Amino acid sequence: MALLAHESEPEELPAWSLPAAASDSIRLQPGWPERVTREWAWGDSTGKGARVCILDSGVELGHPLVGEVQRSVAVTKDGDEIVVHDDAEGDLCGHGTACAGIVRALAPDCEIVSVRVLGAGYTGSAPVLLRGLEWAIEQGFDVVNMSLSTTKKQYVDRLHELADIAYFKQTMLVASAHNMPVESFPWRFASVISVGSHELDDPRAFFANPSPPVEFFARGLALDVAWLGGQTINATGNSFATPHIAGICALILAKHPELMPYQLKSLLHLTANNVDG
Amino acid sequence: MADDLRAAVAAGVFAAEGSYRALLRATVEVARAIFHAKAASVFLLDEAADELVFEAVAGEGADSLVGRRFPADTGVAGWVLVTRQPLVVEDLTADTRFSREAAESTGFVPKGLMAVPLLAEERVLGVLEVLDRPQQTKFTLAEIDLLGLFANQAAIALDLLQRARRARAALEGSGELGALARLAATLEEGDEERRTAGLELLAALERLLR
Repeated sequence: MALLAHESEPEELPAWSLPAAASDSIRLQPGWPERVTREWAWGDSTGKGARVCILDSGVELGHPLVGEVQRSVAVTKDGDEIVVHDDAEGDLCGHGTACAGIVRALAPDCEIVSVRVLGAGYTGSAPVLLRGLEWAIEQGFDVVNMSLSTTKKQYVDRLHELADIAYFKQTMLVASAHNMPVESFPWRFASVISVGSHELDDPRAFFANPSPPVEFFARGLALDVAWLGGQTINATGNSFATPHIAGICALILAKHPELMPYQLKSLLHLTANNVDG
Repeated sequence: MADDLRAAVAAGVFAAEGSYRALLRATVEVARAIFHAKAASVFLLDEAADELVFEAVAGEGADSLVGRRFPADTGVAGWVLVTRQPLVVEDLTADTRFSREAAESTGFVPKGLMAVPLLAEERVLGVLEVLDRPQQTKFTLAEIDLLGLFANQAAIALDLLQRARRARAALEGSGELGALARLAATLEEGDEERRTAGLELLAALERLLR
């Protein structure tokens, strides 16, 4: 609810129409080169300036493969209320640390913030997830990594609404697809980037899928990832493919911060291994 | 008619739970065999207690684990449950916290595990885990898909088991269904003459109420 209240503040009104004389006032960056390459899209980018949120089980502080975590918050239940507060407990599972490590390896200089949405028990998990996402959108992150999903239909409308709000606020949600025959969200929404796995070892290899709703395939098979206790483990799952795309998005947005989500998606498409080569 | 009633009572109330538990057990045994794993288990989500319960186990720990509980949002199983995402992790012994907790609760520390949520439409019923598949063979994405198929089967078995338990609870309770169940059980146990008389009375009651 806080997000909608925030939205109504009259700081920047949306343009509902364009007067004839005003077209010069919204002149945008020049167009893309005739041939878009990875070099143009993110060559030399280290992710510096891009802000990435890991919405997950928390991130272990001081993990050598994660490095600096700018801020850690946890979303928990306090009676009937769901609250967001600074957190020093780290990671309750290892999974969020793994995702943060993957983003860090691709975009070494990006800013990483952890939002822990695990730890409120199973029954509180969906409202906690929604509040965590709402908070992340309020913070204006460039990229939110969501290696998770929900199947609860009663939360789908709000989740859809939040995904659309994020889209128009230029916060790119990158979400894990399901490889099981089940209806789950938010990865099925067109306003997010949905990610499945391929079997290659190259962390920068990704493929555009001509048959959505899975839009891109990234590395998700048998990779060494950061885990609890400063360790690494070998892991497989779409939830590890997702932060690869989130990391590449951070590289692109660090170099081209003006990009809208639809442009970012196009740029990913144009630089995918099966398009660009 | 008496035979039909007996069969209905037996299938619907008393025997179904055991059959579904056997089906679930068979599913985890096949999952264990297909993946050449040391163990496989199904955890049932107890929503009221916010806990995961070992419901069926094949292989290591099969005898002692069924019925054990742990919080629904801890460890890899908890993560899989909450996020609905399948996960495969190897070299878990490096994760000291996981190893210690697993050892304390089960006496068995797996090196690696595959975990997948058990879903019935929008509900999540529990988690299927396959522990210690042979690590020398490289994992493939096709195996995750296979695990998903097993999860689908296990979810159906688990759903049936939960329905049977709810039915039994309803029939054993003090409500209207409980009275009917007691009546059915009395008919089942009575001798031929009393059963025939009872069924005639029930048939008359049915005509009266219709």
